[in-house]
Amino acid sequence: MDKSLGFYGSSVGKKMWMAVTGIIMFLFIFVHMIGNLQIYIGPEALNRYGHFLHSIPEILWPVRIILLLCVLVHIVAAVQVWLQSYGARPVKYKIKKDPAVDYAARTMVWSGPIILLFIIFHLLHLTFGSVYQLHYTANGQIDVFRNVVSGFQHPGIAIIYIVANLLLGFHLYHGLWSLFQTLGVSHPRFNHWRRIFAIIFAYAIAIGNISIPVSVWAGWVH
Amino acid sequence: MKLTLHIWRQKNPQDKGRFVTYHLDDADEDMSFLEMLDVLNQHLIEKGEEPVAFENDCREGICGMCGMMINGLAHGGMKGTTTCQLPLRHFKDGADITIEPWRSRAFPVMKDLIVDRSAFDRIIQAGGYISVNTGNAPDANTVLISRDTAELAMDYAECIGCGACVAACPNGASMLFMSAKIAHFSLLPQGQVEADKRVKAMVGQMQKEAFGACTNYTECEVACPKEISISAIARMNHDYLKAFWPGRAVGGGKHVA
Repeated sequence: MDKSLGFYGSSVGKKMWMAVTGIIMFLFIFVHMIGNLQIYIGPEALNRYGHFLHSIPEILWPVRIILLLCVLVHIVAAVQVWLQSYGARPVKYKIKKDPAVDYAARTMVWSGPIILLFIIFHLLHLTFGSVYQLHYTANGQIDVFRNVVSGFQHPGIAIIYIVANLLLGFHLYHGLWSLFQTLGVSHPRFNHWRRIFAIIFAYAIAIGNISIPVSVWAGWVH
Repeated sequence: MKLTLHIWRQKNPQDKGRFVTYHLDDADEDMSFLEMLDVLNQHLIEKGEEPVAFENDCREGICGMCGMMINGLAHGGMKGTTTCQLPLRHFKDGADITIEPWRSRAFPVMKDLIVDRSAFDRIIQAGGYISVNTGNAPDANTVLISRDTAELAMDYAECIGCGACVAACPNGASMLFMSAKIAHFSLLPQGQVEADKRVKAMVGQMQKEAFGACTNYTECEVACPKEISISAIARMNHDYLKAFWPGRAVGGGKHVA
């Protein structure tokens, strides 16, 4: 037995860390989307929700730190796993067919970094207010609703959000299925549900998030 | 039938290698793929040229030696079929066929289509032994194994170590091979005592070899001539997680009632 390697030392262990951090980030993204859909209820609901999230720093900051750690672990493990595979076939095939590989699985290595860039843009846009001056309500609190709507009325920003969330959908389509396999959750009785689960939540998150810039653009939310 | 063959020729591990095109006019659709290569080699020998080197032994799909990449698909891409069992009627008359060795850093090319699969042997060796009582043959039915379990273990034990999973994997990962070996033992009571130790040691050895990492492309499952399911990989991952779970006995002992 190789004692020097340890759990994280193998690609199997690294992938498990990616799966677990992926689940945590997925749960966040799902709750984030559900919360944001309150934009359809009206400005008061979304602003009240936004202020509520910021009102308890004892919860806000631990969640932010955990998410940041998840992002870091997910990326470091992904890069290490990718590097291991990168060197595994120095001489390429002249002809190679991959009948089983789907588009989502093949583009994980591209959708991941692009989503990271989007998250940075998203934080600069609506958290730090570096893209343009953020709006505030009459009583001095941040006007979440107005910031979202005025942002998405700008076509460039709306397109960035739409493309990033399409890629997020692809990333989740593979990731939400893949995590079961990686964590060893497999049984003939429920294996077909793993793909159905991934499809439902990948579509739900992509459609839910993309609906917001589309609705602003179409003038349904203003 | 007439075939145009583009075959990888490489004198030795140091040689850079290249594709050479051969025209074969007297192939027969009832030949197996290897018989076709035999005919080609006979022509080459008669012309005083070096025959194409390829590995083969049983020619009945159970030894795992004849693996090669045929038109971009491991073993030619016929479901559940090794190269030796692949009939030429799988191809059209006048077809262009490109034949390459497995491409993997862990499987260096020795000559033409022959690769060194010793990395697989080292993974098997790292797995070690299973504890069984020696002496007389045990009485029948003293160790009860349900039929479903026995069948599933046999499905995984079917792995012939041909390397098609590594060859087909876009990452060059050896997970299907290794997991088939691990899952086979992890299902049976005889393999339980060393279960934790075995999965740690084999995964550790895999890591030392030059294989890539699994990203669940599932290409291996399609390429496997024994149609081994990726459920083997899930079972191995489960065993790996269990082996490292806090509170497990040092060295990985597990008691079986």
